[in-house]
Amino acid sequence: MNPSHAKLAEAFNADEKRTDWHDQTLWFVRQKRDKAAHVLPEWEKLRQWASDIKDHTLSNLDVYLAEFEQKATANGVQVHWALDAADHNAIIHKIIRDQGLTRIVKSKSMLTEECHLNDYLQQSGIEVIDTDLGERIVQFRKEPPSHIVLPAIHLKKQDVSETFQEHLGTEAGNYDPQYLTQAARIHLREKFIQSELAITGVNFAVAETGGFVVCTNEGNADMGVHSAKIHIGCMGIEKIIPKAEHLGVFTRLLARSATGQPITTYTSHFHRPRPGQEMHIVIVDNGRTRQLGREDFRNSLKCIRCAACFNTCPVYRRSGGHSYHTAVAGPIGSILNPNLDMKANADLPFASTLCGSCTNVCPVKINIHEQLWKWRQVIAEEGLVAPSKKYSMKMMAFVLARPSLYRIAGSAGRWVMRNLSFLVKVKSLNPWYKQREMPDAPKESFRDWYKKNKEV
Amino acid sequence: MTGREKILSDVVKNKPTAIPLPVLDFKSIDQPFDILETFTKYVQAVGGEVVHVAHEQALLQQVTNERSAGKYIINRVPAGGQVDDVPVDPAILESVYRAYIKGSFGVAENGAIWVMESAMGNRILPFICEQLVLVLHKTELVANMHEAYASIQIDKEGYGVFIAGPSKTADIEQSLVIGAHGPKALSVLIIM
Ligand code: SF4
Repeated sequence: MNPSHAKLAEAFNADEKRTDWHDQTLWFVRQKRDKAAHVLPEWEKLRQWASDIKDHTLSNLDVYLAEFEQKATANGVQVHWALDAADHNAIIHKIIRDQGLTRIVKSKSMLTEECHLNDYLQQSGIEVIDTDLGERIVQFRKEPPSHIVLPAIHLKKQDVSETFQEHLGTEAGNYDPQYLTQAARIHLREKFIQSELAITGVNFAVAETGGFVVCTNEGNADMGVHSAKIHIGCMGIEKIIPKAEHLGVFTRLLARSATGQPITTYTSHFHRPRPGQEMHIVIVDNGRTRQLGREDFRNSLKCIRCAACFNTCPVYRRSGGHSYHTAVAGPIGSILNPNLDMKANADLPFASTLCGSCTNVCPVKINIHEQLWKWRQVIAEEGLVAPSKKYSMKMMAFVLARPSLYRIAGSAGRWVMRNLSFLVKVKSLNPWYKQREMPDAPKESFRDWYKKNKEV
Repeated sequence: MTGREKILSDVVKNKPTAIPLPVLDFKSIDQPFDILETFTKYVQAVGGEVVHVAHEQALLQQVTNERSAGKYIINRVPAGGQVDDVPVDPAILESVYRAYIKGSFGVAENGAIWVMESAMGNRILPFICEQLVLVLHKTELVANMHEAYASIQIDKEGYGVFIAGPSKTADIEQSLVIGAHGPKALSVLIIM
């Protein structure tokens, strides 16, 4: 079994200065997101639209998947369906093998990380080159990405310099990001031009037209795809949106939420292969239909992978992506991963203060912190809670259910806030929790709400 | 049961009851006061530059000068003189110094420009050239992405892309570096 999030976070925290730096860097990204969002008076309207479009889509997902398949096929694209990670990897391996290829390039795709495609292909003797700069850096270091948008955010430029010195022969002690990026550019250009097959992720797949959209800043997805004879796009079933006009809503939200940019540098729309090229799409389930059936967690499938919830999360910022021991870290990862493997990821829903900041920034209005709380209950019912957490959950419930005790507790109360703060904001446990602090407060007075909730 | 049938039947089994598609009133969204000014501001914000020229003649002049200086130029804009065929092989295109491509229109709210495959000649051209010049007429601007998608048919051609600024990355300690894999500079030439 994996070491728990708490253990791994402890290791990350051993370097205090680096932890502070990681924390501040991500907070800076969060602030850029705020600035970009505040420029648009319609921001909240866009979030609501995005959320409503995704809710609608999930409730008609079979229809839209079939429509997408039919249109894509008519466009000359070969559509494949993968039940799980093994299926996904086997489909891709077969395409590569049929062409007799031994090396491929890949731009960022969290789905291929989730499926551990690189390891699988490498074991079959196929060289996979990740072409996103951050991903290439962590690939050289034999590490997984630590963030879904900023894969190498846990590294300092000194680390990158050492890695490049070893793998690309850059000069020792040169930490200049410009110099290091230029070295990677030269190295990867060669790979692009030689590559015969390129894999990309999919940000949005449009049912109406059978095409898909890929967003990057570096242009690496396009460099790879337009050089290669074969393009494979990998998508989870939840990437579907009904119509082209919906792209307007999502492209306005995605980059602003992710990095505070008004849009990614490249927003590429793929519909048909270029003459002589082959195009494939692999549509993957891998537990998503199961999550769709979990009423409390289904709306985690609305996620557009912007990572705003990572950047704002006090726990993520101070524990680092690797402490989540899964491909998708952060608050949303802590909801998605227990669905993939509840036992192995039982610790993740506890890696949160439940402060609700994630929910507040999420561009598709996923009730992230509430779902984390719900997972804790499911995990407790399944008997998968670590003893330390079981005790603290019980004690917290006990203290919070007795206002007089809580008031008297004084310094003990402060101890609770400091050490168990995640439970203080759970309204079913804490009668003081003020509704106005909750996103989407129900329309009832505090008195009504209090009366209803205090018995819990 | 094939994988396809299994996935679709699991979706049917597990999906929630139908939720209607929301009505999106794009008209309710504010437009920037001055579209050209806003567009210029955002092109600069995403790392590009905006050059205004009074007449198409200026474009022709620029392309001609650069060609006669011996630079490897690919011009895809009819107003810039001879329209070049684009080699298929990326290894040749790697040495393109500057590519001139006609954009369909620009988007004020983010500085992005819609570019279609037919305007590129080869899909890789706007990515592999050292410097990219996108040409627009002053009237070819929309306010936001809603208007942008209302003005295009995304599947009209096999490929199309919104380009906002030169290629960039901040993957090393969040320091912005221009010219990650693609062009190191983007100019938007607006014919007034
Ligand atoms: S859950 Fe929301 S905030 Fe987090 S990555 Fe997904 S869309 Fe972004």
